[in-house]
Amino acid sequence: MPQRGRKEKSAMTDIAAIQTLIDGAVHRDARGALLPLLHELQEEFGYIDPAAVPLIASALNLSRAEVHGVISFYPELRTEAPARHVIKLCRAESCQARGGAAIEAAMAQHLGVAMGHARKDGQVALEPVYCLGLCAIGPNALVDGRPVARIDGEAVTRISAEVEA
Amino acid sequence: MTRIFISKDMASVALGADQVADAFRQADCEVVRTGSRGLFTIEPLVEVETSSGRVAYGPVGPEDVAKVLDGSHPNCIGRIEEHPFFSGQQRFTFARCGVIDPLSISDYAENGGWKGLEAAYALSPQQVVDAVKASGLRGRGGAGFPTGIKWQTVLDTEADEKFIVCNADEGDSGTFADRMLMEGDPFHLIEGMAIAGHAVGARHGYIYIRSEYTFAVKTMREAIARSAGKIAPFTLEVRVGAGSYVCGEETSLLESIEGKRGEVRAKPPLPAIEGLWGQPTVINNVLSLSAVPFILSEGPQAYADVGFGRSRGTMPIQIAGNVKNGGLYEIGFGVTLGELVSQIGGGTASGRPVRAVQVGGPLGAYFPPSMFHLPFDYEAFAEAGGLIGHAGITVFDDTVDMAKMARFAMEFCAAESCGKCTPCRIGSTRGTELIDRIVAKAPRTADMLETLPQMRNARTIARTHDEEIELLRDLCDTMKHGSLCALGGFTPYPVLSALDHFPEDFGSTPALTEAAE
Ligand SMILES: Cc1cc2nc3c(=O)[nH]c(=O)nc-3n(C[C@H](O)[C@H](O)[C@H](O)COP(=O)(O)O)c2cc1C
Ligand code: SF4
Ligand code: FES
Repeated sequence: MPQRGRKEKSAMTDIAAIQTLIDGAVHRDARGALLPLLHELQEEFGYIDPAAVPLIASALNLSRAEVHGVISFYPELRTEAPARHVIKLCRAESCQARGGAAIEAAMAQHLGVAMGHARKDGQVALEPVYCLGLCAIGPNALVDGRPVARIDGEAVTRISAEVEA
Repeated sequence: MTRIFISKDMASVALGADQVADAFRQADCEVVRTGSRGLFTIEPLVEVETSSGRVAYGPVGPEDVAKVLDGSHPNCIGRIEEHPFFSGQQRFTFARCGVIDPLSISDYAENGGWKGLEAAYALSPQQVVDAVKASGLRGRGGAGFPTGIKWQTVLDTEADEKFIVCNADEGDSGTFADRMLMEGDPFHLIEGMAIAGHAVGARHGYIYIRSEYTFAVKTMREAIARSAGKIAPFTLEVRVGAGSYVCGEETSLLESIEGKRGEVRAKPPLPAIEGLWGQPTVINNVLSLSAVPFILSEGPQAYADVGFGRSRGTMPIQIAGNVKNGGLYEIGFGVTLGELVSQIGGGTASGRPVRAVQVGGPLGAYFPPSMFHLPFDYEAFAEAGGLIGHAGITVFDDTVDMAKMARFAMEFCAAESCGKCTPCRIGSTRGTELIDRIVAKAPRTADMLETLPQMRNARTIARTHDEEIELLRDLCDTMKHGSLCALGGFTPYPVLSALDHFPEDFGSTPALTEAAE
């Protein structure tokens, strides 16, 4: 997780590597192989290359529409390379009760990117997440997969500096 | 070498427990990483093993090592069990969480682990199901359906193959008990699932964990590998979600495991009859399955002896949001909302008055302090226009804008709707717009079409504020009765409760509800 986007270049359609993962998944999971496979592809390449869709479809005996339908259903799955750093900030009720909205605004301002977007330079993305299960110590975020709690103004500055580096 | 216990729970780590653990290791201590005890104001918590038991200190930072080791640290708590947050708890399910090394199978066995499974193996499947029925256990995932009856249906349904599915999607804001248990005592869940497998004749189980819970996924996978021999021939595997809230709904979860879009299935058929890949399937929440080992090892009566009305046993309640002592509090049903929020929770973290609490996640109702006498009980909450859900309580202080929270409920429903039915998919978006207009005091006026001369019967004057509110209630009514699952069907709970108890936030006069109190 923390190394999101680490291989973004290799995915310049590394079809052979994609096919290897697909073959492995077909071999491993007799049933319901699609979601674990999509996770695996995303973990390996940072995102699911649309070029993988027909390969997956034929390996799992599905239509392309079915594969595309699954990819587009799940918010976690992406079809484009992620930013170098991803901040997933919790927007759910318990974090709101602890001042989450103000932190969201401060974070967006500090990073120069709106919630739900990646910055143009590809350095950082600010994404919404609905609860991380840390609800008594919010506002919370995952910064490149690492949990951060009790985010205050100071923490916003620190996290922003961290992801600019 | 001094033995030190420090939690590696995701919450503790988020508060810096890893750095504290490193500091103790550098001071030549033997550090055992445990789950969390469940009170986050004292995390990172350090427990030092002494000849007279474990002595706790918290919160502790990496710079505090020397003072903790010589016993002079001001945050000394003493024996954690005597701390007021813990002394009143009844830990049936969380007895080991925070105490043992979660991945040590010998720790688990030495602390009462596997007793339930061994007791179950000595019984026939029907006897196990009978024990679960006799305990009065009801599903902890939200609906409160009797677990024993669900198991009976699966046991009675003939099939070549059956499945046990654990719902560990825990999407509700304000809840973290499933996560804490999976991270802090994973063998316990495994034991519960193996008992379920024996009870209904299932050979394989899935644990569906939400993708945000990376720590729990890792711990569960490791625990499954380590306990494979113990639960054989029963086998288990973890499946990971992908950020969809509705996948916590049982049929949608099954679709997701099957590798499809997480769209809700119409019931019947019940999953107990036609579940995963069309086979009879037990689907239960983490906490339901984890209540079972106790029921088998201590007997159903010991479980049923605790509780209130038709809500038997204990509930791991999660106190969250703007609260001083937030954390996990396991206790028998019947404790009042006020005790939980004001006494145990200690009121708000901000020090301001409590204005509202939301119980049961994003689909749960908001209650004002005037309803704090409510006992924690499925029926009492239903009667009061709410639900217990997964027993998360989110506390808000008096700065909360309840119209905003109502709008958020609609917005959340719109974002997470699986799209299968119109009241949920479209109604939630219309609801968001409607609340925006109500708050802006800009009721809908006639549009271009309505003002055409041909549209003789169309209304041309703007709606009044009251009419807009009426429309919102009407929309909620449609969502409640016209939705296939509880996402669309229960979103009206937070919306209507906000409207009923806090009308002033919607620009209406508060007189009516105040008078009713
Ligand atoms: C939108 C929605 C989300 C749900 N999310 C969860 C969840 O995260 N965890 C859970 O255990 N049950 C969840 N449920 C309830 C399940 O549908 C189901 O009732 C539960 O898994 C049954 O297990 P139990 O009888 O042990 O409670 C959800 C229901 C709905 C409608
Ligand atoms: S109520 Fe919403 S989430 Fe549930 S089935 Fe209908 S559209 Fe899907
Ligand atoms: S609401 Fe933010 S972590 Fe649960």
